[in-house]
Amino acid sequence: MDGIVELQRQLVEYTTSLYDEGFLDDQFIQLQQLQDESNPDFVVEVVSLFFEDSQRLLNELANSLEQQSLDFRRVDAHVHQLKGSSSSIGAQRVQGACIMFRNYCEVQNVEGCLKCLQHVKNEYSLVKSKLETLFKLEQQVLAAGGTIPMP
Amino acid sequence: MGSLGSGHAAQFHVLAVDDSILERKLIERLLKISSFQVTAVDSGIKALQFLGLQDSTYQFHQEVEVNLIITDYCMPGMTGFDLLRKIKESTSLKDIPVVIMSSENVPSRINRCLEEGAEEFILKPVQLSDVNKLKPHLLRKRAEEQLSMSNKRKTMKECNSEELTNS
Repeated sequence: MDGIVELQRQLVEYTTSLYDEGFLDDQFIQLQQLQDESNPDFVVEVVSLFFEDSQRLLNELANSLEQQSLDFRRVDAHVHQLKGSSSSIGAQRVQGACIMFRNYCEVQNVEGCLKCLQHVKNEYSLVKSKLETLFKLEQQVLAAGGTIPMP
Repeated sequence: MGSLGSGHAAQFHVLAVDDSILERKLIERLLKISSFQVTAVDSGIKALQFLGLQDSTYQFHQEVEVNLIITDYCMPGMTGFDLLRKIKESTSLKDIPVVIMSSENVPSRINRCLEEGAEEFILKPVQLSDVNKLKPHLLRKRAEEQLSMSNKRKTMKECNSEELTNS
């Protein structure tokens, strides 16, 4: 019993830190509320789609920004997509980084865009690893026979 | 004949349109949890094909009834606004309520959509509370349709019985 309680405590502490540090916002809680016995892997599935989508968009962005004739509208369109999907899963810091990125696209500032791409990449890496850790902790709780504390 | 609203009402069928697979998964789940039947497509063109409309001509009678269309605004090719316009221009489809979703809060965009006949404009990320707002529209519409149909039947019955008494 103690083992489960300790694991649950760790999970709650970790989850709380993600919100406190701004990695996740309320939208992530909304996602969790859409998960139930009929859809037990909903959050993981949605987050996996986010990872795939983001990787693709980041690659596209890196390509676009390397081009001789920069198409800012194309760059902006990709950032807009990434902003949308990060917002939909509650990845707050990624979303914020995208908003900044779009500002530089609007004024067609190449240097700014390159810096923003780096920033978005960093935030994405961070939230990806945080979410993977979160899911691992959840699995540990479940494997020990416990239930995941609801937000 | 069943009476209005008694027992378990037939499910409302929603056609969801969004080019993002993540958004489609989300909206589908939100709608299903709210007891809607859902068909999700990834473009305005596919939506029109599903609705039986191709090249602006109504091709076939839809066997499956669509009670509501919910579409993203920003999509490559045909935007949600283009789709809205095509639906409202079609005599066969114009009465289907259309809801627009967008991640951007642009008042001129919202007004344009509402003026073109959109029922609601929902800001992304879409939440359960947004989806819950849709049911009253649909229930009221269904009640109106059933009332008008039952009135038609009554009128026809009266005409028939008049003919019988007059002949």
